[in-house]
Order: sequence, then C-alpha cells, then structure tokens
Amino acid sequence: MANILLEMKNITKTFPGVKALDTVNLQVEEGEIHALVGENGAGKSTLMNVLSGIYPHGTYEGDIIYNGQVCRFSNIKDSEKLGIVIIHQELALVPEMTIGENMYLGNEVGHKFAINWNKTYAEADKYLKMVGLEESSKTLVKTIGTGKQQLVEIAKALAKKAKLLILDEPTSSLNEEDSRALLDLMLSFKKQGMTMIIITHKLNEVAYVADKITVIRDGTTIETIDNHGKEPVSEERIIKGMVGREITNRFPKREGVKIGEVEMEISHWTVHHPLYPERKVVDDVSMYVRKGEVVGIYGLMGAGRTELAMSIFGQSYGVNFSGELKLDGKNVKMKKSEADAIRHKIAYVTEDRKGNGLVLSQSIKVNTSLANLGAISSHTVIDGDREYAVAEEYRNKLKIKTPSVEQLVGNLSGGNQQKVLLAKWMFAEPDVLLLDEPTRGIDVGAKYEIYCIINDLAAAGKCVILISSELPEVLGMSDRIYIMNEAKIVGEMKAEEATQEKIMTAILRSGRGA
Amino acid sequence: MTMSEKRAAKATRSFNLGEFFQKYTMIIALVVVTIIFSRWPGKEGLILLPSNLTGLIAENAYVFVLATGMLLCILTGGNIDLSVGSVVCFTAAVGCIMMASGANIWVTVLAMLAIGLAIGVFQGFWIAKLRVPAFIATLAGMYAFRGFSNVVLNGYRVDITNQTFLMLFGNGKTSFVPDVIRQQFTGLDSIFNKENTALAGIIGENFITNFNLTCMVLGALAALIFVIARIRRIRVQKKLGIIQSTWGQVVSTVIIALLVLWVAFKLSCYRGLPYVLIWIALVLGIYAYITTKTAIGRHLYAVGGNEKATALSGVKTRNVYWFAYANIGLLAGLAGILTAGRAKGIDPVYGEGYEMDAIAACFIGGASAYGGTGKVSGMIIGAILMGVINKGMIIVGVDANYQKVVKGIVLLIAVMFDVLSKRQKR
Repeated sequence: MANILLEMKNITKTFPGVKALDTVNLQVEEGEIHALVGENGAGKSTLMNVLSGIYPHGTYEGDIIYNGQVCRFSNIKDSEKLGIVIIHQELALVPEMTIGENMYLGNEVGHKFAINWNKTYAEADKYLKMVGLEESSKTLVKTIGTGKQQLVEIAKALAKKAKLLILDEPTSSLNEEDSRALLDLMLSFKKQGMTMIIITHKLNEVAYVADKITVIRDGTTIETIDNHGKEPVSEERIIKGMVGREITNRFPKREGVKIGEVEMEISHWTVHHPLYPERKVVDDVSMYVRKGEVVGIYGLMGAGRTELAMSIFGQSYGVNFSGELKLDGKNVKMKKSEADAIRHKIAYVTEDRKGNGLVLSQSIKVNTSLANLGAISSHTVIDGDREYAVAEEYRNKLKIKTPSVEQLVGNLSGGNQQKVLLAKWMFAEPDVLLLDEPTRGIDVGAKYEIYCIINDLAAAGKCVILISSELPEVLGMSDRIYIMNEAKIVGEMKAEEATQEKIMTAILRSGRGA
Repeated sequence: MTMSEKRAAKATRSFNLGEFFQKYTMIIALVVVTIIFSRWPGKEGLILLPSNLTGLIAENAYVFVLATGMLLCILTGGNIDLSVGSVVCFTAAVGCIMMASGANIWVTVLAMLAIGLAIGVFQGFWIAKLRVPAFIATLAGMYAFRGFSNVVLNGYRVDITNQTFLMLFGNGKTSFVPDVIRQQFTGLDSIFNKENTALAGIIGENFITNFNLTCMVLGALAALIFVIARIRRIRVQKKLGIIQSTWGQVVSTVIIALLVLWVAFKLSCYRGLPYVLIWIALVLGIYAYITTKTAIGRHLYAVGGNEKATALSGVKTRNVYWFAYANIGLLAGLAGILTAGRAKGIDPVYGEGYEMDAIAACFIGGASAYGGTGKVSGMIIGAILMGVINKGMIIVGVDANYQKVVKGIVLLIAVMFDVLSKRQKR
C-alpha cells in the first residue's frame, strides 16, 4: 500500500449560522488522483479552502496531516511552500499580462528589487512545454483561449513546485476536446508521481481519471469509492451517494391550489453571451408556466438557468435575442429594459442577493419599496408613512425577524435578507416570479419559511418559476420540472414522475451526447 | 420577565455612550473646536463675535452650494466633480461681461444658471451615456473651463457695478435684509437704547442701538415653524410605531431650535440677515428634500449602494448619474453668482480649489467614499466645521501654509473615524 500523503481528520468548519463542514475525513495516497464529488454547496470547495490555508488554522476544527506532519497553515503561502497548490474554478489570470508574468505573479524570480526577466521567461517556457503548450511565455494571456488559460494555470502550479495539485472544476469552462486533453495531462502527471485532487460535477470524468472517489454531502463525508475494479465505477453508483438523502417534511404541502391557464410562454428562446456573441447561453428553449403553478428548472451550475431567467426579465442578460414571449396568450415585444419587464408584471429574484439584489447600506424599508417606488409616491415625492406601512406589512407577512424596518439590510442574516428580497419583488405585484436559487446559503428553518411563501404565491394564482441546483428542493416544491443542461432544455417531467436518478441521468446523457 | 431579560431591556433603553459618540462625532468635534478657539488665550470669544459669524456664512457660501451638488455625485458611488471650480469662474466671467455690457441683471442671473446647467448636462452626458469615468471627464472640464474663463475675460479682471446684483449676492454693507420693523416703528428706538440697562444687559451695550429686530423675528419664526413641524412629525411617527421613545427627537428639536435662535441673535447684533444666507438656506432645504423625500433622491442612494440591484429594480441607472452631474452644474452656476457678488467682479483665477473644499465638506460630513451613504445635514456640519477651523486659525494667527496642513489632517482624521466606525459594525 502506498504512502498516505494527506490526511484531513475530523474537519469541522462553521460559518455564522451554518455548519459548512461537519467532521469531514479525507485520505489521499501519494501518486493517486482523488476525486471529490458532491452537489453544489455540499462543502467541497470549503474543504479545499481549509486545506490550502484560505481559511487559516484556528478558524476550523480538526487536523491536517501532510507527509506525516500536522500542519497549521495561516495563509496560502504556507501551504504552497509545502507543495500544496490549488487551482480555482475561476481562472485567476491577469488578462493584460504575459503568460510568464502571470505564472510568477507573487512568486517573482530574481533579486528582491529587480525581477530577472530572462530567467522568468526561460523557466516559464520550460513548464509550458510540460503542459503541452506551444505558446511563448511572452504571449499576452488575453490572446489565448480558456482551454489554454487553464493549462497556464497548471503550469503556474507546477512552477510553484507542486506536489499535491488541487483542481477545482478544471473543465467547467472547457469544451469536450479541451477537457479530454486536460484529463489526459493529469494522467501523465500521475505517471510522474504527482498527487492530485479533482473536484468536478462531471461524473464521466471522475470515472475516467480518478483512483478513488470521495463523496461529500451536506458537509460530511459519505463514502470513499475505489475505482480500481475491472469496470469503471458506474455513474449511478456515484449519484446514489451524492443525492441519497431522505426527504421527510422538508417541504410544506401545497393543497387545493388550482392550476389555471397558461400565463407565460416562451418559444425558441435563444440568447447569446454578451462578451462572446458567438456563444449561445440559452439555446432554442421553449417552455410555459400556468397560473398557480410552480415550475422547477434544474440544472448544474453554468447550465444557463440564470441566463434564461434574466433574459426573460427585460433582456437584462445577453445579446442577440430571438424567440417569442407570450403573456396571457398575447405576443409581447418587450424592450431591453428591466422597467418594461416590471410593467409587464414579471419579477426576477436574483440568486446573488448581495451582489444583484439588495442595497446593503440601506434599510429594509428602502429595499422593499425600491422596485415599485411609484406605488408609494405621488408626483415622484415619496410618502414616507405609506412606505413605512408597506414595509411593516411585508415584515409581518414574511416573518422577517428584525426589531424595525429601519434596520440596515447589511446587518440581517442571510435568510432574512432573502425575505427582504422576496418582499421587494412581491411588492412589485408581479404575475410571474422567476426565483433564482431562492434558498441558497440559508439555514433549514428559513428555507422552510421561503417554501411556505412560494406556496402562498402559487395559491394567490401567481406563476412561480423556481430555479435551483438543489435536486430535493426542485422535486419537493415543483408541479412540473424542466431540466436544463448546456443552454438547452433536455427534459421535462411532472413532479410525480420525476426522481433524482431520472433527472441526473437526463443531464449526464445529454452532456455526453454532445 | 426574568432578571437577565430585564437587564437587557434596560440596557437597550438606557443611553449608549459609544453609539452617541459614533453618531454625533462631527457635531462633537465642531463644538470642541469652537470652544477651543473661543477660549484661545488672548483671543477669547473673538470667533463668536457677530461680525465673525456673519463673515463665516459669507465666506463659505460657495462651499455650502457646491458641496450640496458634490454630495449628489458622491452618493452615486464616490464619484466627484473636479470641474466645479472652473465652472464657477466661467459662469461668473460670462455674467460679469454681460453686466458690464449692460445686460439686465435678471437675464444675467438666469443666463449664469443656464450656462452652469448646460455644462452639467454636457459633462453628465459623457459620464452617464459614454461612460467616461467621472474623474476624467470632469478633469477635462476643469482644464477646459479654466481656459474658457481666461478667453472670455481676456486675462483681465472684470468688475461689477450693478448695485442690485451686489446687494442680493454680495456681502457688502447693503447685502442684508433691511430692518423693516424698526424702520416702520421708530418708537422702538427708545427700547433699543443703552439707557435701557435691562435689555442692554442681555443684548450687549455695543449691539443694542443697531439691533436688527427683523432678523431676530424671522429667526424666531423659523425656529417656531421648525418646532411645530417636528412635533407633528414625532406625533405621526409615534402613532405608526416608527419610534418608541420620543426623547432623542425632543432633545434634538430643542437643541436645533435654540441654535437657530442663537444664530439669529448673533446676526441681529451685526447687520442682520444676509441675503446670501437666504440663498444657502434655499439650496440646502430644496436638496435635503430631494435626497430624503423624492424618488430620484432614493435612486441616488440606491445606485451608490448597489448599482446592479438598482438596475434590476427597473431604475435607469445611467439617468441617475446624469441627474447628479446636471445638478452640480446648475449649483456651480449659482456658486458663480455668489462668488462674483462677493468679490464684486471676477478674476481669471477665482474658483481654484473650490472643488476640493466641496469634496472635503462632504467627506468630513460623513458621506461614504464608496457612495450610497451621506446626508445633506452631515455635509452642512462638515462645511461649518471646515469654516470654523479656517476662521479660527485666521483669528489666532496661524500661518497660512500651516492652515492647509491642518485642513488636510482634519480631513484625514474625519474619514478615518468614518471608516473605523463602519468596520466595527461589520
């Protein structure tokens, strides 16, 4: 049996209000490729951030044993010194700099006061050759594609003398061909004795490269599967571990809600990426939603769900739109304007409540009224008392826990912030609500309350489109489910017929077929 | 209720010193600075003399007006307008030339405001629509309009001779609202007399003969209106349950009312109510209303707090920027009028550095350098604090160069307090 290079023992990490990791254990042998799989938010990235020192020693419980020694990293530099290098999902390259400059950024070669550029570029070229890149290290990063940028990231890690390489979803932004090349590169590194941890959603990749697979769910390690058998581990086997949780009473029942006529319908809806107009982010999508219906859209990150929702909401994302939008059976030509969408009674509740949803430096009251100031003002003069009354009404209705609606939103917990965001859009009195990950990053109790709000909305005859990457949530809350992958709708099922396995299979099949 | 709950409830009700200091840092600083200067050995009480108080208002008129406009820009996300100093000079130059060639004063005044507004709209177009960074667009304006001022003035000073203009916008002997009450009722002269020792004891022997009763009455009226408005507001808020305790509101109402009376009294002792103060009060009042009570004011704060969220709420965020920069142009036009009036003319170098005074007043007054927070009331305190420090240093005879050093230090410390108090909250 090979040497254990890394052992993470009983790692527990809590964020205010949330236990992100709960006694997680991970063992990585020297010279193996270890895959870490789990749903979004299961805790994979958190675990790797603990390992690399982004969350320094003391902010978590448990031990990291590397090469037989207990390590206490206080920052990334500490872990990198020992050869633990992490490559993040979001590429961390400066586009305006050359490949060589990027590779040695923060790690410059030469004298303290004078960088040795000759050595920098010579060394960089050497590592570029190792990852199979033909570009000169003097090429500007912005001129090469994302696939090659990923390789630069790996070369950068090698330049740091990596012994344990962690790749966080390295292929999420790559096409099939580039992904395969990257995986093959990993296999060749393995032959040279490198140890790697790969985090990925793509289970076919896991089966292809991994020696061992550790499944994480809800912040705990579920199992470690050996992939050394004659047959590669089946995807069904992994999925079972990933999603196999019990669903009992996590979702309130929605009873006696009559589903009415079709309220909103889109057909052949196609949207292109704002920066790379040749890329389709929503590809020929057709769907509809009826009054009083909750329609789930499930897909992995990057499937195009948010892009779809935002493009419906006054074309607030993307370029070169095509397709038709019908509201109440009538064709609607909407302008590229959020205000126009609100006028047509569509609301988009963002997944990023802090970034795109709330004005954190302002009060609950101000945030609640922001999307519908007209309703509480006359001749653009705000009626402060009416505004206060409205904010109070929604505070009571949505059970926002706060001493006063004058409280700054930035001081609220995630669950309460989410409720304020919902209050804001409910006050805009929409007919169609596009809820994008409405329960992301909030605790179970608050989730339940949000589900109750969704049920109330449906009961009031509103159309709710629920976008989520949590399978149980989609299954538990929806009347009907659309499955999205790689910008397309790849499946539609009634909630009664849907199972986690069926949905996952639909996604994986469509991905491989491409 | 258990013991610990009772204690907790009591703690929240009782006076929290730390919070008090945090909320009123700049007011406390203003009081402390004023006390220091008024107790300065050899210069006791000089800064509180009626003439100095009147001077403080006249000298800082442009700061109040420009800082109001600057606050709107800063609210949108820490954006500033570097061009205002040059725009002040340019509008004043055009106005002076117009008057020198015999144009009607009201036409001139309107033209100056219109030119300021046009410049603001133009710069706003570059910033809002073409997305040129505000700093750069207004830096360009700063150079360009300084140059235009020189061109218009041909490099020379132009004087104003129109007495009406000087009376309304200047600070000469005539630039005060006349004491109509005492002019009407000359019998009052026997009361405002040094022989009337009781009243002389209150007003002061030096001031009693020329005590401006009209100014005092107007001041008392303003205080009364303010108190009535506040009482009504407090009642409504109490009814709606917005505030539980009326204590703080009552105290602040009384303090502000007393302050208004005190200022009115001081002004009455000198020459009365300067016209400039009316313009300042109008601007501050209008913009305090805009920022707190109107939709566009709300949008300014929202854009500065989170532009993306605001855009997704259906607000045309670009137009909000445009509004802010158009406004500061208009106010720069007004500041140009006041500057020309005070200097009785215009010189090609006037207005230099005005933009920095306005920016400093906003930041000292608690506006966030990242946008989204800041109030007109805070900005007023910031401007007054700077004015008092300026005036105080002149009175105690600090070297002009060191005055700048002190200003710099004050700005730095004020913003540091702001940053620190915000960090504690997070």
